[in-house]
Amino acid sequence: MCEFVLQAEHLEKLIQVIRGEGYQMLGPVLRDGAIVYDQITTTQDLPRGWSDSQEKGFYRVEPGNTGAYFGYAVGPTSWKKFLQLPQRQVWRAQKTDDGLDFVQIVEEAPALAFLGIRSCELHAIGIQDRVFVDDQFCNEDYAHRRDRVLMIAVNCTSPAATCFCTSMNTGPEVTANTDLALTEVINDEEHYFLIASESYRGGQILQQLPLTPAAERHLKAAESAVQSAVYKMEQGPRSLDRAGVKDLLYRNYESPAWDLVAERCLSCANCTMACPTCFCSDVQDTTDLSGEHAERWERWDSCFTGDFSYITGGSVRPDTRSRYRQWMTHKLATWHDQFGSSGCVGCGRCITWCPVGIDITEEVQRIQAMETAL
Amino acid sequence: MTPEVFRVEQRREEFPGTFTLRIRGERAKNGSPAEFQPGQFNMLYAFGAGEIAISLSGSPRDRDGYVHTIRTHGFVSQALERLQAGDLLGVRGPFGCGWPLSAAKGKEVLIIAGGLGLAPLRPLIYNLLGDTQSVRNIRLFYGARRPDEMLYRDELAQWAGSMEIVQSVDHGDADWAGHIGVITGPLAGAELDPQNTVAFLCGPEVMMRFCIQTLTAKAVPESAIYLSMERNMKCATGHCGHCQWGPNFVCKDGPVFNFAGVQSWFNIRAL
Amino acid sequence: MKNLAQLLREHPFFHGMDEEHLEFIARCGQNCIFNRGEYIARENAPADQFYVIRDGKVAVESYVPNHGSLCLQTLHSGDIFGWSWLFPPYLWTFDGRALDEVHAVRLDGKCLRDKCDEDPKLGYALMKRFARIVTDRLHTTRVQLMDVYNQQRPPLDSGQ
Repeated sequence: MCEFVLQAEHLEKLIQVIRGEGYQMLGPVLRDGAIVYDQITTTQDLPRGWSDSQEKGFYRVEPGNTGAYFGYAVGPTSWKKFLQLPQRQVWRAQKTDDGLDFVQIVEEAPALAFLGIRSCELHAIGIQDRVFVDDQFCNEDYAHRRDRVLMIAVNCTSPAATCFCTSMNTGPEVTANTDLALTEVINDEEHYFLIASESYRGGQILQQLPLTPAAERHLKAAESAVQSAVYKMEQGPRSLDRAGVKDLLYRNYESPAWDLVAERCLSCANCTMACPTCFCSDVQDTTDLSGEHAERWERWDSCFTGDFSYITGGSVRPDTRSRYRQWMTHKLATWHDQFGSSGCVGCGRCITWCPVGIDITEEVQRIQAMETAL
Repeated sequence: MTPEVFRVEQRREEFPGTFTLRIRGERAKNGSPAEFQPGQFNMLYAFGAGEIAISLSGSPRDRDGYVHTIRTHGFVSQALERLQAGDLLGVRGPFGCGWPLSAAKGKEVLIIAGGLGLAPLRPLIYNLLGDTQSVRNIRLFYGARRPDEMLYRDELAQWAGSMEIVQSVDHGDADWAGHIGVITGPLAGAELDPQNTVAFLCGPEVMMRFCIQTLTAKAVPESAIYLSMERNMKCATGHCGHCQWGPNFVCKDGPVFNFAGVQSWFNIRAL
Repeated sequence: MKNLAQLLREHPFFHGMDEEHLEFIARCGQNCIFNRGEYIARENAPADQFYVIRDGKVAVESYVPNHGSLCLQTLHSGDIFGWSWLFPPYLWTFDGRALDEVHAVRLDGKCLRDKCDEDPKLGYALMKRFARIVTDRLHTTRVQLMDVYNQQRPPLDSGQ
């Protein structure tokens, strides 16, 4: 793989070349006090110079020390909202004189470019691919959208305190498939991106950019930026025993730790909405007043809701204890049996966006500690 | 995945609140509806009301349509209940893994049904009765609440000629000739060769639990017990997450499971 | 024709019983046949016997005014009918009625009671078997009470 240097002032050129190829560009923007993913048309839209501070139940954007374009960690939204839409119409049906017509709603999937995908998020997209595309059944809507995405990943050099991707082996360095991979390097003298293409589409874009070959010092600077992120997480407050967690949870379905977390958990479903891999959905069937037209909509759903496990007579998981246990055990244990990997990428969103500050890494440690104590 | 349009050909009330629909595909000109395996289910859509998972309860050899027995309980089943012959509905399916017929080969077959649980077992019974040579014998243990809440009573009488049928109700009436009590009673008393027995169970989860206790106490191996599980099935394709049961998606990994494979999940409450 | 000891030996209730005890019990017994509809026991009548059902079907019933006899459970070949003879005041608590021709062995409870007091080993062996019958019946009753086939029940508890 050949790496090049793209000067920071030419990031605009990258955006315009990609837009010129017909892609709608999506990337980080500062909105309502948070960095979220939305449409961008120019580098002016990017939250340049902003950073963030994250902890359990805490998120603030704050001015950064540098003028970096990507000097923050992941925010409340993830890319899943563009691939598995929060709501979409699946079909509509109409009563006719002598029949019933079902019409599948096939939306033309837009060609999207995701700018600034972190490694943890690339892994999350890969995990959703295994659920929606590579499994026994294919979710065609997801698959079409996914096919048309141009992925521009960014090596993460600014993890938050809630991040634990090094524990999950999902970052901060981009290792999963992408079209382009960038590393932002900024210091007193220089501001540039190390850029490499990892696909044909990526290569086509590189050809249109004002690049210079990367020298050894560029590579070193980029590597050191990523390594400092690794170091920060390894020294940081959070880690998770990836290898042992599946068996730990399988042994501890009746751990008293579930009662303790249930006392705090509000069953609000924030963690599932913020999680980049949570894929559960519900369908809603509606009809109009005339009773002649009906629609089916698919919407994000959460295993924390009351109706989620409803069968005749009542819910299988009637309380917060069983719902939190389902969510966490699914994410960290049963996911392995279902899709061959963990369902957690260590992005820390569920920790930041939990209104009562429940921390998945702490909960694992609590179960561990209680098992040892018993 | 859009539903196929089906038309109700016949509606039959089994007893108040439980009915059987025979439905036929509107596009039958293009061929028969998809084949199904005993134990599989369809997603039935009542116009505007919604969709629910209902097991296939007709004969797999009947290639003209599907048969579904439905208990009225929620909004969608109430809408389905209002359907009369000639009315239309949507069908997606068949879905899921059914009863492994091959496991019955050469065995003493115990079919253990509780209440509405006879519905998903009926296609299996049809198949087994169509090839009685392949098994050593077939016995049906059927438990229900009352004699008038038993499914397929005419057929039960017919089947009695080809297999042993033990029926038990919680509450009898004057004409009731079967057992009064619970089905585990006669099951416990049944003579069987445990190493050459295979059991297929479908009924309320608690009833299956007690039956499994009875079977394993009689030394029937866990691997010779198959059961059909009920969970909230919405998409039927393993994407919506609702029917998860431990690592299993009941819609695609089940609804029929080998007990040995799911024993550890079966005993976890509120899973 | 088989003697009584032989008949008892083949009945699941007596499996594993000492031969000596079996011989004694057989001496307290006699074969009997009930016709369809005949009462084997009446509620509140003295209970000085119990029955080893060899063949046929027995209904355990209670008479409900304005309704008639309500059958709570049926007993079949291999079952035992009657444990009221074991406990004071030795009165039947339910009716027992033959639902078809019932072949049974009637055992004299009074005779066995006295013998059990003299021979605690026999008493224990018999009591263990009856305790099993009682727990089986209790289990059945509890499952019936759960009304498992009725799905219109209030939401479940937390499952803990």
